Amino acid sequence: MTQCGDVVTSEPVAGAGRWHLRGVRPFGADPVDVVLDGGMIVEVGPGLSPAGANILDADGLLALPGLVDLHTHLREPGREDAETVASGTRAAALGGFTTVFAMANTEPVADTAGVVEQVWRLGRDAGHCDVRPVGAVTEGLRGVRLAELGAMASSAAGVRMFSDDGHCVSDAVLMRRALEYVKAFDGVIAQHAQEPRLTEDAQMNEGAVSARLGLSGWPAAAEEAIIARDALLAGHVGSRLHVCHVSTAGSVEILRWAKSKGWRVTAEVTPHHLLLTDDLVTSFDPVFKVNPPLRTATDVEALRAGLADGTIDCIATDHAPHAPQDKETEWAAARPGMVGLETALSIAILAMVETGLLDWAGLADRMAIAPGRIGGLPDASPDGTRALSAGAVANLVLVDPAARWTVDPGALASRSRNTPYAGRNLPGRVQATFLRGRPTVLDGKIV
Amino acid sequence: MRHLLSTEDLTRDDALRVLDTAEYMATVADRSVKKLPTLRGRTVVNLFFEDSTRTRTSFEVAAKRLSADVINFSARGSSVSKGESLKDTAQTLEAMGADAVVCRHPASGAPYRLARWVRGSVLNAGDGTHEHPTQALLDAFTIRRRLGRLEGLSVTIVGDLLHSRVARSNMWLLSTLGARVTLVAPPTLVPVGVEQWPAEVSYDLDAVLPKSDVVMMLRVQRERMTAAFFPTEREYTRRYGLDADRLAAMPPSALVMHPGPMVRGMEIASDVADSTRSTVVEQVANGVSVRMAVLYLLLGGTREVT
Repeated sequence: MTQCGDVVTSEPVAGAGRWHLRGVRPFGADPVDVVLDGGMIVEVGPGLSPAGANILDADGLLALPGLVDLHTHLREPGREDAETVASGTRAAALGGFTTVFAMANTEPVADTAGVVEQVWRLGRDAGHCDVRPVGAVTEGLRGVRLAELGAMASSAAGVRMFSDDGHCVSDAVLMRRALEYVKAFDGVIAQHAQEPRLTEDAQMNEGAVSARLGLSGWPAAAEEAIIARDALLAGHVGSRLHVCHVSTAGSVEILRWAKSKGWRVTAEVTPHHLLLTDDLVTSFDPVFKVNPPLRTATDVEALRAGLADGTIDCIATDHAPHAPQDKETEWAAARPGMVGLETALSIAILAMVETGLLDWAGLADRMAIAPGRIGGLPDASPDGTRALSAGAVANLVLVDPAARWTVDPGALASRSRNTPYAGRNLPGRVQATFLRGRPTVLDGKIV
Repeated sequence: MRHLLSTEDLTRDDALRVLDTAEYMATVADRSVKKLPTLRGRTVVNLFFEDSTRTRTSFEVAAKRLSADVINFSARGSSVSKGESLKDTAQTLEAMGADAVVCRHPASGAPYRLARWVRGSVLNAGDGTHEHPTQALLDAFTIRRRLGRLEGLSVTIVGDLLHSRVARSNMWLLSTLGARVTLVAPPTLVPVGVEQWPAEVSYDLDAVLPKSDVVMMLRVQRERMTAAFFPTEREYTRRYGLDADRLAAMPPSALVMHPGPMVRGMEIASDVADSTRSTVVEQVANGVSVRMAVLYLLLGGTREVT
């Protein structure tokens, strides 16, 4: 069986060249020089002078490990009008990502070795960042029969994460079997926690705003009930559960409890759930329609606290591009989802760093190290100690934390424009991204 | 006012201006020639994505009495049923030069989207389970005509609060105009979050009736029963229906209102619906006056009609 480690490290490093990054601040620490060669970080220290290297004068730019997104919708195959692997990974590189996990709800669904290999190859050919396909848990995302999880794990794509994202694996027995089955290849089931009967035709968070707007409600309990059930199942069978896009204060409490039991449960939160609230729906503008829905300020506060204390392990974008005809409609007809790859780091800085909840090392953990570990990336060390040090793979991002920029939907690299941040002035700009020693972004532009 | 999208956003002054203007419009209905030249040369489009003969006809009569040209654009049999989007429909109406679009839509908020895509005025004629502002205005107009005031009155709204745009619009408007609103429904038909509304909530109709100056009954759709909101029709009627005994428990001057269409025998008994205390037919007549007032104020500007 092909190990996922073989997959990534066998990638070509041609053109990586030798780079001398002068005066970068790893995790915000004092400036040092970093030398990249042959796809690896070969030297880190003050005042280096490597021979024959391309010089990048970083002049105090922040250096973080290349960001890892466990939750991206690249839409290819099937909805290339909304996004392609190439356009989505360009957006990812510009956002500072070196790996994205591509969700399985494509057309056809990524529920066979053939489809996951196709997506993986498209990512490799585009070359902007690594694409790790997520396999569907059930055939066609229908929630009835398990897909061939083992075949996807053994494929060239080396799938380790499985999800029916967009749909909940609501059948408790099927969920239990999936959790058990993937133990054979150290897989993880990423659950979209949404009790389907409680959320039929649900349009927004159920609460004061939905009552006013007459939009049918998506109760927090519909997420929390599934998380509690799945945590119990994961604990019972000793399997790995990952909870997608946690959105409520109650979910954070349940996760805290599950972790206190020592169960192997991890969780992600999206940038938008760390910042936006359901009162934005008052405009009826479907750019704010997303699943799970935007919640209340109390939830936002609990999510931030949960991410800060590690109850929630990481940030994942749930980048969900949609064509204009799927968003420029009445609220109920619009598809849920927001693009997020190019704004994720800025929103995280705004919600977590500027508020003092995380320092740069903490942010790096939540956006690079922890997601790499959960996704089973071969370069991930359990505690992140290898990151940004000699001997580590040269996946890194240089950020100007003082720079501010205004979001212009038309200027995004994503093929879709459905950002909820249009016109917002945000902190933090990605200046350069290196994928195995090769720049994918320089001066804030795709190389 | 450029659009009329909700009563939640309607100021007290604007609401009173509509009611006062409607008083004048009502005098037109008593003339032998029921027509004013005010909106001559203006185009009003009735854009109805849901069947509603009553509301559409009311708007049509109102616009015609103001001499506007009226175009009825119904979703059925049009390009809309062939998959044309709301935005494309809006652009079509825009190209035809609609001065006002009266929109009825099954999706909450649809008129808000429309208002961003057309230059003319948008009148919400009922959007999903959100609002139905002209219904609330005509109800307030009816109460004021019958009882002489709104300030300080106790108004009880009974029925499917969760799914009712009429309940929402009335609750906001009546509270803006100084009435005390009590909402009565089985707990399953009360929205989560209702505690932030400017209204009392009760599950006990009999406790509320003796203190009510106005009781407004809402239609309860039979399909709610199959979705387990209540056990049986009979039980709903027993607990929340307005029959002669309950009518007798109300103060002698108290009104019975219903926005129609009624489900006789379900939420309202036939003899109650037809009693002299019922304003059901008046509400229909007043609907035309109020819609004339709204069209006039949106399209004719702020100059006095009289």
